[in-house]
Amino acid sequence: MVHIKRLQEDGIDIIAPIGEIDASSSIELDLTIAKSVGEGFSKILVDCGALEYISSAGLGVFMSYIDEFKDKNVSMVLYGMSEKVANTFEILGLYDLLTIAPDKAEAKKKVNEV
Amino acid sequence: MLFVIGVITWIALLFTDLSVVFSAKNNLPQEVPTWLPGIILNLYLITLYYYYKFKIDRDEQLNFVDLLWRVFATGLIATVLSLLLRLVEGLLKSTALTNNVVYVEVIYLINLGLMAAFLLASFAAWKRLILYQKSKWLLRGWSVFEYALLIGLLYTCFDRTPNETLYMVLLGIFVVMGLVLSANMKWVAFLNFRQKWTCLLLLLLTIFYFGYLSFTSSSLAETVKLGFTDHRAHLFIQSVMIFVIVYSVFSFLVILFNLPTTSVFEQKLEEVVNFQRISQSIQTEQSEESVYNILLETSVSSVFADAAWLETKDNSTHRVFTYRITEKEAYDIINHLKTQNVTGILDQGQDKTKNLSKHLGALKGSRFRSILAFPIYVKGENIGTLALLKELPDGFNKEMTKIVSTFANQAGISIENFRLLEEALQGERYKEELKIAKTVQKSLLPQVLEQDAQFEIAAFSESADEVGGDYYDTLRINQHETSLIIADVSGKGTTAAFHMSQMKGIFHSLAQDCIEPDEFMARANKALVYCLERGSFISAIFFLINTGNKTVRYARAGHCPVLYYSAATGKAEYFKDKGVALGMVRNNSYKNFIEAKEFAYQPGDIMVLYTDGITEAKSAKGEEFGYDRLASVLMDVKEQSSREIQEYLIKKLYEFSGTDNINDDYTTMIVKFNNRT
Repeated sequence: MVHIKRLQEDGIDIIAPIGEIDASSSIELDLTIAKSVGEGFSKILVDCGALEYISSAGLGVFMSYIDEFKDKNVSMVLYGMSEKVANTFEILGLYDLLTIAPDKAEAKKKVNEV
Repeated sequence: MLFVIGVITWIALLFTDLSVVFSAKNNLPQEVPTWLPGIILNLYLITLYYYYKFKIDRDEQLNFVDLLWRVFATGLIATVLSLLLRLVEGLLKSTALTNNVVYVEVIYLINLGLMAAFLLASFAAWKRLILYQKSKWLLRGWSVFEYALLIGLLYTCFDRTPNETLYMVLLGIFVVMGLVLSANMKWVAFLNFRQKWTCLLLLLLTIFYFGYLSFTSSSLAETVKLGFTDHRAHLFIQSVMIFVIVYSVFSFLVILFNLPTTSVFEQKLEEVVNFQRISQSIQTEQSEESVYNILLETSVSSVFADAAWLETKDNSTHRVFTYRITEKEAYDIINHLKTQNVTGILDQGQDKTKNLSKHLGALKGSRFRSILAFPIYVKGENIGTLALLKELPDGFNKEMTKIVSTFANQAGISIENFRLLEEALQGERYKEELKIAKTVQKSLLPQVLEQDAQFEIAAFSESADEVGGDYYDTLRINQHETSLIIADVSGKGTTAAFHMSQMKGIFHSLAQDCIEPDEFMARANKALVYCLERGSFISAIFFLINTGNKTVRYARAGHCPVLYYSAATGKAEYFKDKGVALGMVRNNSYKNFIEAKEFAYQPGDIMVLYTDGITEAKSAKGEEFGYDRLASVLMDVKEQSSREIQEYLIKKLYEFSGTDNINDDYTTMIVKFNNRT
């Protein structure tokens, strides 16, 4: 089960999933990101600090937006991952595809760079 | 049995009576006490009472009309017999015999016996009618009445010199009790129109028989003129007779006055039945359509509408069910109301039942003059509208509106239930599909793995209830080269099994040509991009084992890193390399995300390939199996064969999770390089 919080800061949309993202709860993540893009945000931060686990389906959600973000000039930065979650991202090679920052300050810097 | 006793007592009554009469007539001393006939008569009455109690009162199958019919039949027989006797008497004219007091007495007793039988038969039947839908108090009242009558019966046995006042008082009490009890006529309400007519006729004839029989017996008693065999003043018979006649007359009148309102009661009854039909339709009907049809039928019949239609809107499908009206007519009315800008009839946004009759007046060429529309809700969502039509103007009243709106609600519930059932069935079907997918998935895994003098391979795969997409395979390319693959398809279920079969096809077609691992990944990615939907991907590692120069070339595409035990260092380590899963990068740049790696193996080296189901397996405490534990398990059995290592690993895994119900797929492939050359 996952609970997703959203808050806006300096024109940046911060999405914070809390709990575990598996095949069924990944739909919620997908909807949240789609909503954020739909509302016109071009800078999205994903706070993974409270993310305990993410399954391949959950990772698929992030992946599925890569092309769309490129087209729409949306930048997304993930930050604050636990070692375990980071490992999942690393194994699948997502460090090469997604922008991942260690903390919020770094993430903000990166999201504004692009 | 009781009937026989009844006959015997009657014969006994006949003889004792005759004896008394005969003795009195001839002034002979009484051989039989004069009080005996009275007692025997009472015995006869009690026998009759029990006879009819079992025959009529206890017979559960009799309905109201049957009861009246029984009474009527008894009366008919008694009357016919009595008339026959009269006929005989008429034929004999006034001979010596007819004037003989003994003969008259016999005739009198026959009539009395018949009348008593008729009276008690009616008494038993009336009891059933009065006690229909009885209350506690009614039952008590009736018992009191019966006991009082019994006392009256006993009183006549002992009191040979009737006390006029006491007699009148007792009779008066019984009559009053009878009157009070006669007010219970609930059964009348449950008769339908035809039954009421039948009952009226039967009751009328029954009353006539009473009149005839009581007149005959009393006139005969008059002719006997001998006080002690005159049973006219018998308290029990008198009271029962009055009660029976009073109740007959009451019933007759009540039925008569109920006749005009019968249709209303019948209608209410039909409503109840219709309700039941609608609520039961969920269990018996095959589709929502049948529920709609029943709703149409029942609502039309309960408000006497001439026609109806039901319009449903479900996502994109729009349908109209009609009843005694053509679709064209229905659409004419719908369009007419639309052009008149009337909201509410088929406007799904309207949530109130509406009487739109006034708008119909303007529609020419339509036979309908009244219309009533009802919304149908399922889970608070308006799914359709029911419209009822009448040819009469102002044909609907408030009651009708209420009835149909409850019908519409009930139909909504039925449809909701029906949909839930459908969903449950869908779930069942999905499970069935999963089973098939699971068998497909199993069949995609190789039955036999390549073996070589230089290495041995053991593999294991067990999937959870939901089908996973774990795949492994081996393919010998030539004498020295063998390729290996392990892959994990994201997602679960049939799609995962489907992608897995695609992966198998890709592996078998590409690996044949001794292709380089990084090239394999690049081409596999290109092929998969066209079949994998957005967000799906496949993680894999592809190996090429060359036994000629004892090297292994491999490329990792987002799959769990290889655990490698090196016999030379005596350590087990995970290979660190980069690689993005297949299907994640959807353009030609994918090649840049893949690394080609190569290492030399030595005898005794072990390569452990696995999917994330193993490292992510959880213990009861929620702890993960993890990479370190996997490595240490390998160290435990590093000297053993690949098969033994695999079995040990799986055993440890099940021990760790503490349950046989795994929640992910466990897949592993162990490659051990042999000492033999």
